[in-house]
Amino acid sequence: MRGADYILKRTVFAIVTVFIAITLNFILFRAAPGSAVTDLSRVPHASEALRHALEKQFGLDKSKWEQYVIYLRELTHGNLGVSFDNQQPVSTNLKTALWNTVPMFVVGTLFAIIFGVITGVIAAWRRGTATDNVTTITALGFYSVPTQWLGIMLIILFAGVLPSSGMVDPFLVDSSPWAHIQDVLRHMALPALTLGLTLYGEYTLVVRSAMLETLGEDYVLTARAKGLSSWQVVRRHALRNAMLPTATLIALSLGYIVAGQILVEAVFSWPGIGRAVYEAVLQRDYPMLQGAFLFLTLSVVTFNFIADLIYFRLDPRITE
Amino acid sequence: MSSSALQHEPGIVADAVQPTRTRGGFLWQVIKQRPAAAAGAAIVGLFIAIALLAPLIAPYGLHDQVGAPFARPSAKHWLGLDDGGIDMVTLLIYGARISLLVGFAATLVSTLIGGGIGLLAGYFGGPTDVVLMRVTDYFLAIPDVPLMIVVAAIWGPSLFHIIIVIGILLWTTTARIVRSQVKSVRERVYVKRARALGAGNSRIIFRHVLPQIAPLLVANVVLTVALAIFDETALAFLGLGDPTQISWGKVIENAFQRTAISSGAWWAIVPPGICVAVVIMGCSLLGQALEDALNPRLKVAHLSVKRWRIRPLVGRAGE
Repeated sequence: MRGADYILKRTVFAIVTVFIAITLNFILFRAAPGSAVTDLSRVPHASEALRHALEKQFGLDKSKWEQYVIYLRELTHGNLGVSFDNQQPVSTNLKTALWNTVPMFVVGTLFAIIFGVITGVIAAWRRGTATDNVTTITALGFYSVPTQWLGIMLIILFAGVLPSSGMVDPFLVDSSPWAHIQDVLRHMALPALTLGLTLYGEYTLVVRSAMLETLGEDYVLTARAKGLSSWQVVRRHALRNAMLPTATLIALSLGYIVAGQILVEAVFSWPGIGRAVYEAVLQRDYPMLQGAFLFLTLSVVTFNFIADLIYFRLDPRITE
Repeated sequence: MSSSALQHEPGIVADAVQPTRTRGGFLWQVIKQRPAAAAGAAIVGLFIAIALLAPLIAPYGLHDQVGAPFARPSAKHWLGLDDGGIDMVTLLIYGARISLLVGFAATLVSTLIGGGIGLLAGYFGGPTDVVLMRVTDYFLAIPDVPLMIVVAAIWGPSLFHIIIVIGILLWTTTARIVRSQVKSVRERVYVKRARALGAGNSRIIFRHVLPQIAPLLVANVVLTVALAIFDETALAFLGLGDPTQISWGKVIENAFQRTAISSGAWWAIVPPGICVAVVIMGCSLLGQALEDALNPRLKVAHLSVKRWRIRPLVGRAGE
């Protein structure tokens, strides 16, 4: 039952990580000296009455431990506080933003994975040739470019061809559902491409090294000796085994995808979670920032946990 | 420790001198042998020189308005002017200073923290190892850029804060790499011999363990500098950079915020991004070549495996 043991271990790890993130969130915003909520003078244009109301609302007259317990209790009820900016509950704001983020995130990431795996396999297969060099150098180039800058370059390149800001055309009213979807897709093209391109370079390099490693194994030599075609050797023997490290690395890159998403949404004014973080920073809207950070951490931890399970499914030998 | 003192302990001389000799020449040796490393080192060296000599080579002052806002590139101003009428070449030269300063200073912070934790965990093992590595694991699992944004937003924008924030969030990979290396060095015969001769922990660590892991630390430092520069541009773009300091990230942010795109002033926004990309590429080429040179498995020529790192969640890739 080592498998059950492994899954239990990963579950406990994920739960403890979530708890640490929640506590970190509390310490950063509440307990640290000069932190956001304790320093109420930072709220713009706060009157004396508002200060008292806030103090009561956040329970600042109580001890830190009591505050921590209250904070945890409110979290279990899904209460993340109220945004300073638009006076809506943070959870409502995040929910709206999430539905805007997911499609762009999925399209961009899928593009990166598919394109990265294909180019990585080609580079490894043709290693040492001009094809390999060009592919690898291009990938390294996209790996080295700042996400926000690449987004700006695409805006300049596609000026007038594709919309560069927002999610829908504000002048498109009373449109049919089909026209609406088309409009959103046109707006999604550049941000998703930016996210995809900054990620793909990294995946190409990772897939290429994983492929090179498996291509040197004895079973590949055996497959070749059996007279299988190059393509069959690559697809059935090398690529399958190369997918193991690739899957882990893609899962581990989630933290980066999240960071890239923030920058991309900031450049293209895409109204998602990343933009919520950006706006919250600009407006010093601490409840929003706190909620968004918690949400991003939870999703990364969850996805890593899922990746752990997938990895176990792919390679049952793994127990550590 | 002078060499004359060492000569009285013949057993240690052989072991202690040998790594020193290979360490001194290690960087140079790799650069001579690998064109990728040479190219990377040349790029990084060039930009370090530009950063150090900034006041001497910058054609104009950093705050001098020398023409109309967004003036086109010309013979006098090769890359045109920015929204304030400041020469772009001057901005880029001074920007190199701040970007590289953040890169190296944040790396120093993260190497001290990560190296210290890795050294303690790997050298002492047992419960120390378990506790420290658990902490490292949890830090690895929390996405670091959002955490950086939160901390930078709460602390307020200043160069010092940016350096500390990036430094204290990039140490996890270093800790893991150093730990695994120290664990193997600790078991080597010459370390055991030194201990048998009565050497204390600190002497063993500083005379025998650290020199052995130094080459690996150098490779790690180069790769971390790239990450730190990258993170600085991200923080600057989100408005969390020091408003009084011009870095490449800040130049990109300024150009974007002040409508360089709609004014058609590509020269205000394309060059800083290229500078960042070139430096990151240089660091990646050099760091990767150094890591490859250290990996004995890769001496088998036909298996030129490269372990590219995931950024900024660098980590388990290197294990």
